[in-house]
Amino acid sequence: MLGFFLRRLLQSVTVLFAMSALVFAGVYAIGNPVDILINPQADQAEIARATAALGLDQPPWRQYWTFLSGAFAGELGKSFVSNVPAVHLILERMPATVELALTATLIAIGLGIPLGLLAGLKPESWFGRAIMAGSILGFSLPTFWVGLMLIMVFSVELGWLPATGRGATVDVLGVEVSVLTWDGIRHILMPATNLALFKLSLLIRLTRAGTREALAQDYVRFARAKGLSMRRVVRVHVLKNILIPIVTVIGLEFGSVIAFAIVTETIFAWPGMGKLLIDSINVLDRPVIVAYLLIIVALFVLINFLVDLAYTALDPRVRLAGRTS
Amino acid sequence: MEIAPSSSPHPDPLPASAGRGAFWRPLSVIHHSFLACLAGLAVPICLAAAAAGAAELRIGLSADVTTFDPHFVAAQPNLTAQQHVFDSLVRTDERSRPVPGIATWANPDPLTWEFTLRKGVKFHDGSELTAEDVVFSLERPLGITGSPGGYAAYVRPIVAKEIVDRYTVRLKTATPYGALLQDLAEVMMVSKKAAARAGAQDFDSGKAAIGTGPYRLVRFARGDRIELARHGEYWGGRTPWTKVTLHVLPSDPVRTAALLSGQIDAIEHVPSADLAKLRRSPDLRLEQTVSWRTIFLHLDQYREPPPGVAAKDGKPLDRNPFKDARVRRALSKAINRSAIAGRVMEGLALPAGNILSPSVFGHDPAVKPEPYDPEGAKKLLAEAGYPDGFRVTLATPNNRYINDEQVAQAVAQMFARIGVATRVEAMPLSVYFGKARNREFGVALLGWGSRAADLALRSLLVTANPEKGYGAWNWAGYANPKLDELVVQSLGTVDPARREALARSASALAAREVAFIPLHYQVVTWAMRKGLTYSARTDEFTFAHFFKPQ
Repeated sequence: MLGFFLRRLLQSVTVLFAMSALVFAGVYAIGNPVDILINPQADQAEIARATAALGLDQPPWRQYWTFLSGAFAGELGKSFVSNVPAVHLILERMPATVELALTATLIAIGLGIPLGLLAGLKPESWFGRAIMAGSILGFSLPTFWVGLMLIMVFSVELGWLPATGRGATVDVLGVEVSVLTWDGIRHILMPATNLALFKLSLLIRLTRAGTREALAQDYVRFARAKGLSMRRVVRVHVLKNILIPIVTVIGLEFGSVIAFAIVTETIFAWPGMGKLLIDSINVLDRPVIVAYLLIIVALFVLINFLVDLAYTALDPRVRLAGRTS
Repeated sequence: MEIAPSSSPHPDPLPASAGRGAFWRPLSVIHHSFLACLAGLAVPICLAAAAAGAAELRIGLSADVTTFDPHFVAAQPNLTAQQHVFDSLVRTDERSRPVPGIATWANPDPLTWEFTLRKGVKFHDGSELTAEDVVFSLERPLGITGSPGGYAAYVRPIVAKEIVDRYTVRLKTATPYGALLQDLAEVMMVSKKAAARAGAQDFDSGKAAIGTGPYRLVRFARGDRIELARHGEYWGGRTPWTKVTLHVLPSDPVRTAALLSGQIDAIEHVPSADLAKLRRSPDLRLEQTVSWRTIFLHLDQYREPPPGVAAKDGKPLDRNPFKDARVRRALSKAINRSAIAGRVMEGLALPAGNILSPSVFGHDPAVKPEPYDPEGAKKLLAEAGYPDGFRVTLATPNNRYINDEQVAQAVAQMFARIGVATRVEAMPLSVYFGKARNREFGVALLGWGSRAADLALRSLLVTANPEKGYGAWNWAGYANPKLDELVVQSLGTVDPARREALARSASALAAREVAFIPLHYQVVTWAMRKGLTYSARTDEFTFAHFFKPQ
């Protein structure tokens, strides 16, 4: 277990290192934020002063070195446009994104697994077919279009739900949470559904395929022959056996939901990290871009680790490498 | 001169039940009560609804506010939010002209500006604004480091600041400088007591964001919203709104949808694609005015040959064609400006002839847009020695100005008609401005808004001179000693009337010489629910205190 953990850590640090170099070079190649943000009335001396104050007049390797030495001291730099530490900016936005991603994942799990089971148990029935047809739509419709349609129907036409933004928040242990207020729930419903759509379809298909495969297995037939009710067979034997691939996908997808909530956040003006990244790219706010990507990579590493742990809990045959079986 | 009507309500061309107007009708409570009011059904309820509606205003802004430190990044979205909370020493009216606000001014001599503060101007913490706060606020921008675009440029011309008494400040400049008022209109006054040792986070949290403006900062939720509450002791009288929320909604369709659904009361920068739809809506109205922003082309007039310019067969030209005024005029004549304004811009533009738009200080009304004349253009090209034309690359940003890339495409087709084969190179502004500053473009599209023509010309067309700070944006490498002299003289004139006459002749000279090719002045649009009016500002700023209930 410890050896596994250490190896993972080493791999992650290498990945983080390579990532930071790539992003740094990329943003450097695009241009200089002073060119975009400088006061139009500024003269040449003022432009030179601003460039020097941000260290952007230095050769790129020196700028990278400055960044690295800061990073080792736990300091990822201040945002060029907000004048606050980049990490602070990202952490300030993180609760909103995590909340959105968690709600979307819950919607996907809460609807996806039961619907997938239904479709898998009765594949030829009309509702089994309807569920599968719906999941094709969920796969193929682009997120931004669905988002705009949701806004048009539920906000503009029917006036049921607010079109944009995050609702009222309450403070839970220092974290702003919006799903605990009615206003917050009304605000999160559409963006979370929009974000969940793809994963929901994925889970439906995965559960259905797993169920159909499991139903044909001998142990299921034997269980039925033994006289167990179908209910119990499904709950204890089928579901537990198909859960491993589903947990993997949920785990991996949770990382990508956080990282790629950008489109949904942009459409619904959701004040999360993804929107921050887009805004930062537009003005070449390098410290924020680099810090954001580093945090996302760290997040992926952590989630993968947790998924591995979840395997062992679900399937006693799986042993984490490092502990010989 | 045709000028779009300022602050005119647009009558609804369709009855409420007709076509898509009805399709888009939002079904919110506000509108139900509004319809009930129209029908005269329940007068007491109407009054109650009107009073409740009048108390709060929710506005959709088009860009993110990065910080609440009013001296950190001088970007328009930041100024928009911050000027609700902070006053500047000099105010500007709807036409962007300096007017007295918290202070009046006089010039005892051309090097001295004496500002007399209004008595009893109260900060949000109850203390009074004094000369100490003014001097502190004028010095603070110089001490701010690590900003990619600070306010130092606005206060650097001031070489001495003197507190005469509690309500009088005397400022000195090294040479006479007429644009000081326009510069000071950008610099916001903070409370010395609150801001003296404050960092950026203290402003964001509201602790240091203590101003004298009409609203005090309640909450700055970055990337989401800014909540403001009425400042009870505001020197300018009571504004109609007790509570104002500025929602950050950069995505165009989302901003429109939020307005249509009744979630917010007004939006700025109505996208041209949604204009017709909003105009048809029976529950909404629009306000428009000509923006200060002019869209124009910079032509490289100093390199042999300029980047992207070549003969039709791809061989390099033996000289720079743009150095010849006849070629520049031919290109200008080739452009059908009213077609661009009417079709590409869908009415959100006026054909331009000046460097700055009609309401701005120093605009010369005698200078008309160059008439569309492709035949005359061909003749001029032939005279200049290019009967077959040549080849150019036109660079443009594609996410900065209204329909910028489409405008460049239209111009390219018009150039092609007189034999100048034009390729458009469009890129996001983050890439564009870096390349432009490296002088990688031969023909570049740019937009410029400024409070005065002499200020714009100093940056754009005066011969580049880093020591004096002239021509920082003169990518064209344009050099005309006569223009330089006029602009320097204009900026050095303190008397506004004499300065405007000089600025006008400088504008006229730049236009006459075709130093640049003006395309159009942008028109800026606000949309709001019925029952609201907005005093449309030429500087494109959106201020809650300029909204009034009808």
